[in-house]
Amino acid sequence: MLHTLSVKQMSEKLHAGEISSVELTQHYLDRISQFDPELNAYVTVTPELALEMAREADERLKNGTAGVLTGIPVAHKDIFCTDGVKTTCSSKMLDNFIAPYDAHVVTLLKKAGMPILGKTNMDEFAMGSSSESSYYGPTKNPWDLNAVPGGSSGGAAAVVAANLAPMATGTDTGGSIRQPASFCGITGIKPTYGTVSRFGIIAYASSFDQAGPMSRSAEESAWMLNAMSEFDSRDSTCLDMERPDFAANLGDSLQGLKVGVPAEYFGEGLDPEVEKVVKDAIAEIEKLGATTVPVSLPNKDLAVPSYYVLAPAEASSNLSRYDGVRFGYRCENPTDLQDLYKRSRAEGFGAEVKRRIMVGAYALSAGYYDAYYLKAQRLRRMVRDDFTNAFEQCDVIMGPVAPTPAFNIGEKTDDPTSMYLADLYTIPVNLGGFPGMSVPAGFANGRPVGLHIVGPYFSEAKLLNIGHQFQQVTDWHKQTPAQYQ
Amino acid sequence: MSWEVVIGLEIHAQLTTKSKIFSGASIAYGAAPNSQACAVDLGMPGMLPVVNHAVIGKGIALGLALNAELGKKQVFDRKNYFYPDLPKGYQTTQMDYPIVGKGYLDIEIDGETKRIGVTRAHLEEDAGKSNHGIVPGMTGIDLNRAGTPLLEIVSEPDLSSAQEAVAYARKMHELVTFLGICDGNMQEGSFRVDSNVSVRRPGEPLGTRAELKNINSFRFIEKAIEFEIERQIDLIESGGKVVQETRLYDSETNTTRSMRTKEEANDYRYFPCPDLLPVRITDEDIEAVRATMPELPGAKRARYVAELGLSEYDAGVLTSSRAMAEYFEALLEHTGGKDAKVCANWITSDLAGALNKAGLDIADSPISEQMLAGMINRIQDDTISGKIAKQVFDAMWKGEGSADEIIEAKGLKQITDTGAIEAMVDEVLANNPSQVEAYKGGQEKMMGYFVGQVMKASGGQANPGQVNKLLKEKLSS
Repeated sequence: MLHTLSVKQMSEKLHAGEISSVELTQHYLDRISQFDPELNAYVTVTPELALEMAREADERLKNGTAGVLTGIPVAHKDIFCTDGVKTTCSSKMLDNFIAPYDAHVVTLLKKAGMPILGKTNMDEFAMGSSSESSYYGPTKNPWDLNAVPGGSSGGAAAVVAANLAPMATGTDTGGSIRQPASFCGITGIKPTYGTVSRFGIIAYASSFDQAGPMSRSAEESAWMLNAMSEFDSRDSTCLDMERPDFAANLGDSLQGLKVGVPAEYFGEGLDPEVEKVVKDAIAEIEKLGATTVPVSLPNKDLAVPSYYVLAPAEASSNLSRYDGVRFGYRCENPTDLQDLYKRSRAEGFGAEVKRRIMVGAYALSAGYYDAYYLKAQRLRRMVRDDFTNAFEQCDVIMGPVAPTPAFNIGEKTDDPTSMYLADLYTIPVNLGGFPGMSVPAGFANGRPVGLHIVGPYFSEAKLLNIGHQFQQVTDWHKQTPAQYQ
Repeated sequence: MSWEVVIGLEIHAQLTTKSKIFSGASIAYGAAPNSQACAVDLGMPGMLPVVNHAVIGKGIALGLALNAELGKKQVFDRKNYFYPDLPKGYQTTQMDYPIVGKGYLDIEIDGETKRIGVTRAHLEEDAGKSNHGIVPGMTGIDLNRAGTPLLEIVSEPDLSSAQEAVAYARKMHELVTFLGICDGNMQEGSFRVDSNVSVRRPGEPLGTRAELKNINSFRFIEKAIEFEIERQIDLIESGGKVVQETRLYDSETNTTRSMRTKEEANDYRYFPCPDLLPVRITDEDIEAVRATMPELPGAKRARYVAELGLSEYDAGVLTSSRAMAEYFEALLEHTGGKDAKVCANWITSDLAGALNKAGLDIADSPISEQMLAGMINRIQDDTISGKIAKQVFDAMWKGEGSADEIIEAKGLKQITDTGAIEAMVDEVLANNPSQVEAYKGGQEKMMGYFVGQVMKASGGQANPGQVNKLLKEKLSS
């Protein structure tokens, strides 16, 4: 079965002419038709575009201009603007929005020759940790249809886990790549802020948003990150520097690697089974030659409060453009301008988006700015400094991605605060802009659990190699729910 | 009891870049609605701003000209509010870290110099335009102007009359146009003046101010402020209170009326724009701008008087715009720099008059510097007289060619052949025996008559100096 192959094997067969991209792409389109109705992981499937791109990829495979990812299908999170394709951010507000341009990531992966299968479901405007806030209904976790896939890149994680796409793009503002990767048992990396261009990615919180690859293995993520990151002058926060070959370190030994283990990541609230999986994974990495050192992240608890002031503040402004005037949802028969604004936004946005807009607008309002926004910026620096200090004693930090495995659909929807705490280990990494990765490390209560690996700025190649070495001696990343094998 | 007037101006100068402050779309005026608004200007999902660095250099130039502190670190902030012509729902501007800090501008009032403080000047993007009434009952949104780069120049409340306010606005206008950072076109909204006006009794704290917005000529700004001062004084003296509000000036009735009161003011929720990194400028950046700055009008005027011997009046006219000064300096250069006064005269009288009559700017003059220089050179080498030159000037204005071509075609070359002039002199004297008698009898003013007759006989082409000399010789013999 084609979908049981690794991307490496697919690539070899494509280059050897044993299979065609059209064949491979059609196979995934068939699986999507068969399985997506129960998973609800895609918002839009683009069979014609996929097959047209697959035919072009086959041409390149024949004429020798193909790269390692040419012909490998990909699914884009519905936050990446895709020329001529509906791009909704899983919001009623953009249900009718067809982007007239490609996000830089989409441009680059088109250039790499990856046929686009479709657009994956997510939390509305990437605000959430369960993909339940989508206008198109929740995505199910392939490991247990009663469980959430995580969020906000829940659709992306689910399609990779259920073999409805070999690879997918995601974005991570507070954990939105790593947490769903952990919940669905796949690999995902959020690179250093500024590595991947944000051009054409629908903004949630600009100073945190960062795109990254989601795939089964770390090796595959390394290839995809190579393809999707390049300096882009259209994003002023995109780093103007040469990108390293993120796959270059994949053979390195872990001998002498110093792994920081922060006590604060193993405290109250951590599910004991998750803790066991993570500690076992760290022990496995020690067997590969690494040593552990205790490190401290004393301001960890400031991260969630800081994030939930700053991200909504940015969001409240970023989402002002959805006003019913130029594009997107417009209420019926507005009586005047105020009515147009109020009803278009009240009817077009879901509850969580409205909650964050209100929180953010409040934090920025006159008289509260210093107490909320400015204070949260100070906390952000303190959290970042924790990591900088810790990295003086270790090469990388390891711990859990989330305090629990995937929770049940509906379990936290009425309790936003408990939902926010699902990201307490991932958010600090976004506050500092550091790279972080989740690699499959086992199961708790029958649901997947990821190992969280965080490194200093620009250490992606190192993180990916650690994941790769771990995946040489474990097979968690190869496991697939029975019905999607 | 007397009143003290306190006025501060906020001037929006549109910068002369090719493209917008945060996108590559053109800022040219007058294009079809929404034809110059790209995805960034429209605030489309996923679009990001990128600073057009041309605006930074223009801001630095203004800062240097105002002797101001320059913002080594500038931060762009978002000013959040909803309006249909504001596509993103926020305006990107500089709040706490503007490009230009405290500086000043000296103005001349009744022969005295007064120093007006400039609080700051910051870079920001313009909004689009709402067009009411094109489609009845609907509002049309034109986003061509959205994202056009502006410098908002804020003065201290140092101005104490309408006359001073206008002198300051004119001086700032002259400065930004001279620097070439703004085209100064007030009709097209490239230079917009908002006036904050209040009155108080001497020694008392500042009164409540009203803001007069969007007045598109200096004359109307002066009238509007004058009306507003009187309105406020009358109001207070009759027991009323000035409310803080924005008022519109109606030039038909010469009155101001309330547009909106500040009680309806938004909370703009300013915060640093997370899509843009702080802009940092170095001493090298500043020196690079300084090196390319033109000589400023004040310095130019002084130099014209001191070094070129021009009158204050001529120096003033010639420095009234950068284009005018450039024309004059080019003309001087093409005529070998010999006679600044002559060059100045031709520009300030004949050329300025013709341009004024035709409603043209000097930049659009049909007579270029080279053409006018060609004509002046022919006067100076005695090919034509100053009087004939007027004919040549008119012909050049009508597009009949260069001075040399016109002189050739019309045969306007001055007659300097002594024999030919002598023959004409003899003929005039022979035909006017009674006038000759009168002259010899002591009526020396008859000389003018003889000169006129000879010039007439020569069709104006005889060299007047030679005519005079020959006449004197003949009559005294």
